[in-house]
Amino acid sequence: MSLIRMSSPHVYKTNTTANVMRLVLLATLPGIIAMTVFFGWGTLIQLVWAGALAVAFEAIILKIRRRPLGFYLSDGSALVTALLLAVAIPPFAPWWVTAVGIFVAIVIAKHLYGGLGQNPFNPAMVAYALLLISFPVEMTRWSAPFVLNGEGWPVASFFDTLGAIFGSVDSVWYDSFTGATPLDELRHRGGLTNEEAWRQSVVLSEGIGAWHAVSAAWLMGGIFLLYRKIITWHAPISMLLALAICSAMFYGYDPDNYAGPFFHLSTGATMLAAFFIITDPVSSATSNRGRIIFGAGIGVLIFIIRTWGNYPDGVAFAVLLMNLAAPFIDIYSQPRSYGHSKANKGQGGKA
Amino acid sequence: MSVDYRKITLDGLWHNNPALVQLLGLCPLLAVTASVVNAMGLGLASTLVLVSSNLTVSLFRKLVPETVRLPIFVMIIASFVTAIELVMQALTYELYLILGIFIPLIVTNCAIMGRADAFAVKNPVRASVLDGLMMGIGFTVVLVLLGGMRELLGTGALFSNMHLLFGEAARNWELTVLTDYPGFLFAILPPGAFVGLGLLIALKNVIDARAEKRRRMLQKPTELTGSKRVRITG
Repeated sequence: MSLIRMSSPHVYKTNTTANVMRLVLLATLPGIIAMTVFFGWGTLIQLVWAGALAVAFEAIILKIRRRPLGFYLSDGSALVTALLLAVAIPPFAPWWVTAVGIFVAIVIAKHLYGGLGQNPFNPAMVAYALLLISFPVEMTRWSAPFVLNGEGWPVASFFDTLGAIFGSVDSVWYDSFTGATPLDELRHRGGLTNEEAWRQSVVLSEGIGAWHAVSAAWLMGGIFLLYRKIITWHAPISMLLALAICSAMFYGYDPDNYAGPFFHLSTGATMLAAFFIITDPVSSATSNRGRIIFGAGIGVLIFIIRTWGNYPDGVAFAVLLMNLAAPFIDIYSQPRSYGHSKANKGQGGKA
Repeated sequence: MSVDYRKITLDGLWHNNPALVQLLGLCPLLAVTASVVNAMGLGLASTLVLVSSNLTVSLFRKLVPETVRLPIFVMIIASFVTAIELVMQALTYELYLILGIFIPLIVTNCAIMGRADAFAVKNPVRASVLDGLMMGIGFTVVLVLLGGMRELLGTGALFSNMHLLFGEAARNWELTVLTDYPGFLFAILPPGAFVGLGLLIALKNVIDARAEKRRRMLQKPTELTGSKRVRITG
């Protein structure tokens, strides 16, 4: 089976869904390695746990829906969803947070809407948004990068991390291995100006290097996907540009209160979102022009939510809002087909 | 005109349930069903209003001019809602505070207006009262089911704070189903209500589809024998 990723005129591609998903999984390797290096074993454990759950839920729901098991399981789309959720949630999130998230992503956000290719929302982002509003404590306890913990490679040991995820540890343990992210720190800086916050907070002055490195790793994976033509440049570039232009404008106007473009591009989930989340062929706009609008909308929304919203990062909400707008964007950005001077809107366009 | 009381009852409870089929009165349905006690309180209040407004509308159905019937219905419903609101203020004050704006908003519940205009104005008093009662019970059952689902998922307990509605004797009715439950805020928040209602509607449709299928299966043999070609030669 191949996902048709364009509106007409259709160009036949030999790329199967399974192939696409395999390359996407391969492209996340640098990001996963970077996260493991900086935040410890949690990311890897979450990945394995989320992947196993996703395959299990997918198999059960396919069985209930009486669909061919092997055919749908081998396309790897459940694994990609699981992977995106696993890297989005905090590495020390308890096992049941991941389980609820995967259940919501696979069963509710994907299969209740009709399965692969039918879901209007990105399943991983639906699950992430639901987890964020349901379990605020667990979902905001992000690991501190090892550079802040002392000499050597002082991340929590593998078995301690396993214990934190599947068993329970006292809150003191969390205190020594978790901390605010740069986005949290800037969000809750009180009345300080940017420069003062930078001087006072270790998270901002030293810990941010880890986030730069992780962002660079996701960017590497993204460039690989672009090179292999799995994704087009339209959505990622327009999202990054929109975010950069918005933040540059406000930074230029008042550098004390607004973070600069480089900060916005290289922290939080910006790079992960740009290359792996908003390029989801199912829930984004279909034409190239549509993707530019779609990406730009997400970039602007991320800036708005980060700057004036309640949450430090706004990727999930921005993506979900633009998923809602994607069909509308598609109607107004239909490409011109060969031989016509104007885009032929058909009967659907008149409504 | 003969009235089919059995059909009225089944329509209100199942086939034409205001919450699951007509999808009327969704605003209170989604807003107050975070717990069983809230759901039951609003369900009972709505049922009372529904029965009394159906009764009154049906009594005066021959006196009300067609052209101004809707304002008159609204006035009748609004007076009953005000009365119920005062009763709740007197008897269940804390619940009255919790339900807040949603008690006066019963006036705008389309299910009540809908039944007045679609049924009570055309039917005799006894049928109208029964219709109001059954529609009200159907609405309340869905409210309580949804409230129970959300309370159980959201807090891990059932029937907490029932003393707000049933007095001191009900204070220890609370049933802790899941101990040491971390809480699931999504179920308590409005999006959880939408998902919960969607699942309830899906469940009703599945039950209906199964029943329909079984009915067809039972009918098939008779149809087959009926259409069998009759052997006329030999």
